[in-house]
Amino acid sequence: MLQISCPWCGTRPEGEFICLGEAVPPRPDPAALSEAEWAAALANRANIRGLHAERWWHVRSCGRILTIWRDTVSHAIVPPPDGTAALEVKP
Amino acid sequence: MTARRLARGGLVDRSVPLAFRFDGMDLSGFAGDTVASALMANNVALVGRSFKLHRPRGFFGAGHEDGIMVSRLAPRPATNQLATVTPLEADASYVSVSTWPDARRDVGAVAQWFSRLLPAGFYYKTFMAPNWHLFEPFIRGAAGLGRVPDPAWQPVSESRYGDCDVLVVGAGPAGLGAALTAARSGASVMLVDDGEGPGGRLVSDGIDDGGWASRTFAELHTMASVRLLCRATVWGYHEHNLLTVIERRPADAPDLDLRNWKIRAGQVVIAAGAHERPIPFADGDRPGIMLASAARSFLHRHGVLAGERAVVFANNDSARGAALDLAAAGAAVTLVDIRPDPGGTQAAMLAGRGVTLVAGGCVLRAIGRKRVEAVQLRQADGRLSTFPCDLVAVSGGWNPAFHLASQTREARSVWHDDLATFVASHGEGRFRLAGAARGIFEAGACIRDGVEAGQAAVRTLGRTGPAIEAPDLDDPFVARSVAPLWFVPPRRPGEKVFVDLSGDVTTADLGLALREGYDSIELVKRYTTAGMGVDQGKSGNVNVIGIVGALTGQATDLVGTTTFRPPFVPVEFGAIAGARQQARLYPWRHTPLADWHLARGAVMYEAGLRWQRPGYYPLPGEDGKAAASREARAVRNGVGVYDGTPLGKFQIKGPDAGRLLDLVYISDFGKVAVGRGKYGVMMSDDGLIMDDGVAFRLAENRWLLHSSTGAADKVHAHLEQIMQVHRPDWQVSILPVTTQWANATLCGPRARDLLAALKPDFDISRAALPFMGMAEGHLGTIPVRVFRVSWTGEMSFELNTPARHATALWEMVMAAGAPFAITPVGSEANHILRVEAGYISTGHEVDGTADPYDLGLGALVSATKPDFLGKHAMMMRRALDPERCELVGLLPGDPERSVPEGAPLTPGGDKVGQEGFVSACVRSVALDRVIALGLLRRGRSRMGEIVHARVRNEIVPLRVVAPVFHDADRARVRS
Repeated sequence: MLQISCPWCGTRPEGEFICLGEAVPPRPDPAALSEAEWAAALANRANIRGLHAERWWHVRSCGRILTIWRDTVSHAIVPPPDGTAALEVKP
Repeated sequence: MTARRLARGGLVDRSVPLAFRFDGMDLSGFAGDTVASALMANNVALVGRSFKLHRPRGFFGAGHEDGIMVSRLAPRPATNQLATVTPLEADASYVSVSTWPDARRDVGAVAQWFSRLLPAGFYYKTFMAPNWHLFEPFIRGAAGLGRVPDPAWQPVSESRYGDCDVLVVGAGPAGLGAALTAARSGASVMLVDDGEGPGGRLVSDGIDDGGWASRTFAELHTMASVRLLCRATVWGYHEHNLLTVIERRPADAPDLDLRNWKIRAGQVVIAAGAHERPIPFADGDRPGIMLASAARSFLHRHGVLAGERAVVFANNDSARGAALDLAAAGAAVTLVDIRPDPGGTQAAMLAGRGVTLVAGGCVLRAIGRKRVEAVQLRQADGRLSTFPCDLVAVSGGWNPAFHLASQTREARSVWHDDLATFVASHGEGRFRLAGAARGIFEAGACIRDGVEAGQAAVRTLGRTGPAIEAPDLDDPFVARSVAPLWFVPPRRPGEKVFVDLSGDVTTADLGLALREGYDSIELVKRYTTAGMGVDQGKSGNVNVIGIVGALTGQATDLVGTTTFRPPFVPVEFGAIAGARQQARLYPWRHTPLADWHLARGAVMYEAGLRWQRPGYYPLPGEDGKAAASREARAVRNGVGVYDGTPLGKFQIKGPDAGRLLDLVYISDFGKVAVGRGKYGVMMSDDGLIMDDGVAFRLAENRWLLHSSTGAADKVHAHLEQIMQVHRPDWQVSILPVTTQWANATLCGPRARDLLAALKPDFDISRAALPFMGMAEGHLGTIPVRVFRVSWTGEMSFELNTPARHATALWEMVMAAGAPFAITPVGSEANHILRVEAGYISTGHEVDGTADPYDLGLGALVSATKPDFLGKHAMMMRRALDPERCELVGLLPGDPERSVPEGAPLTPGGDKVGQEGFVSACVRSVALDRVIALGLLRRGRSRMGEIVHARVRNEIVPLRVVAPVFHDADRARVRS
């Protein structure tokens, strides 16, 4: 069971969250993509062995969706290597 | 020729005899015995039968590396109890597992004579056709797992959380050293050991430590920051230093059988020791043949001498300690060491202490069936002889128990030449291995290594672990200069060399797996089941790896290990669950009206997302079908009321609320007037229907969105992701309000008359409150919000009131409804009504493959919106394959013939690929016959055609009709 650091609530056990999978980019405009590109955006995931970004919904607490960087082998959660905020919040 | 209890020695209390039964024999042991040691003390050598071949088996190990299980008939009936770790209880009764009538006279032993027919992979090859499940019960019955003696008795178990600065695994010399220094530094410590008490090898090998272990344990016992768990095994090392521990018969809670801990540890010291491994030889699985460490442990822990004429068979120095101990206890001991010059000049020393050394010798084969009677020996010069004995103590080296470290996926296993085994590297700072678990065997060195590990652990927590006054220990014989010998090749074909006793796997099975192409160690394991038995390969797995290496010509370290996974020891599911079972794990959801429904005689069951709803309200003498029909007729002819409380409700608020609805629904919502609602279908972006429901515009920027009961959580997650991830710049919020409102839905042609009788303070005329309209006001003193929606095909008024008014509203409705013969209706009647009306339902017609056009809802798809969720994928999919399954009505040829929901429709009813399925089937009260809905390929173009449903081997013809059986023009709904 992971311990996930929520910027609003502090460090909390995994059971308070629901995993929403890999942190895919915001939904693109389908009109701007070819059919193949659209199908790839819908279905293809990098499924990385190692460090990747993923989203967790803190549903049993603040309700925010966070993006964390986690090593899928060791489960180590590290600060975002690209310097983005852990929390995707509205301005 | 016997095993026997010695007059002195061991930790048993000879002043407390315990009578017990095993396989019908009346026996006696002492307090402090395990079931295994008590049986040994009574000279019961044959205690079980092997998993597959039913060969006679005795104890091979003295702890979790053994695989002999027993069933306990009394007290507390239970099966599959590992005999070597189960404490003996007074007046208990045990039987061997998977034997009949008992282990000594097992009838299943005939399997041995057919062993040639039962090689590895036998079951996979033989029982493919027609169906594995036909054979499975017989095979499982014959295999070596016990039956529950009395299923009525369940172990009392508890699940518990814990935390500590330092968790120490194992209370042997290294673990005690680590725990003591960590505790003295002020850190909070948990020390977990799977034995009855502390000491580990210091006790089981009888090493004189001058009382250091018990003094250390006593000191830890007095410290408030230390928690000691005995008879407890760490079975899993999970993410972020969460460890799971199974504690058997916890000392602090006599009423508990099992306790499962989830412990979050700051640092972990893994001092789990090591497992001795065998040198497998022909018939080396006979009772009386065991690991040298087991013979030594029974001697020192329980005062039991396992045999009087012992052969110790070894390839390393550690067995010399066992040989000397057995000799000192009175056995005649011969040490057969495969090394030509083991340790130089020690033959004289050994002889002086009663041990005859056969250097460069080898044990080739065991003789004796139900107990070893002799071994065939080969001397260094090649001479063969038969050597009588009643005990063979074997040592093929030691495997450090780094399982937990490996479970973290941080430690790598690396080959160690001198020890001829794998050892593990340290992790990245959250755990350390210490002592034998990392290949340091000498007891004094183990203490020092444990202290260093404890100091390193507390250092990361900003503490200083003091040095410990460790005693000098005399422990000269440990595993070093190991001459690897993975097995002794049989001299004659047909002789069996068992390498994994729990799984009944021989060296021949490994060879067969390799010949058949299962060439990776992971595949060999799965094909032969080596390492998959009760002991999980704790002692034999490295032999398996070594043999695979030898047979494939690879270096052992290149063969590698199989993946280490939890659990380290077998763990009862009930212990993990504790008290959290069924409804205590997943509580039911009840509406505020649950008691009202029950008082009314409702039969309640789940209607999605754990909501308990009335299925129907039977009158005396009425069955469920009759009740549902009566309720449905009441709605068609008069008025009914049902509890729509569980329907998902979400308040959507903000200037961009309309944009959000336009994105998630297929229809246009921007133009909906305030005070009006609109039916919407919600799709996921992959173009499939997710849910449907009605959204009402409460104010310019405020909506109430309804989801179906079972989809509420999914819809919530869907909307949150869109708002927080995909459209974070939109000004809109979502608030789940499902449980804030209770509901009474009035439905039927008399619904408006009833509403009028409830004295509304608002206009309920058709003009003021039309279909898809809403109103707010009071019924008497009760505040209500009324929605005009229908899922029944009749005029409906959904009365919603703050949850606290639920019962008052219902009682008022029932009182005012009496003149109209109002009838409460449940989910079953609702189902009949919605099928008659042709309304779709999530989980029936919305099956995860249908899109809106398929369900006849194409007219709802916005013609003007360039984009909404799911549109693009839906259009792509429709262009790829226009032959879609479409919603149709179905009428069975026999009007009383029901078809199970889900029945496949196939062309002509043949056993070929299906062209659709029956999604719902009810007995209609409007048409007084059976009707059905279904999805049928090109269904809308096949009206009037006869199609066929397959129901097992019967074929039911059905006529295709329009999927609306009642109120086709929706005049009643809109009235």
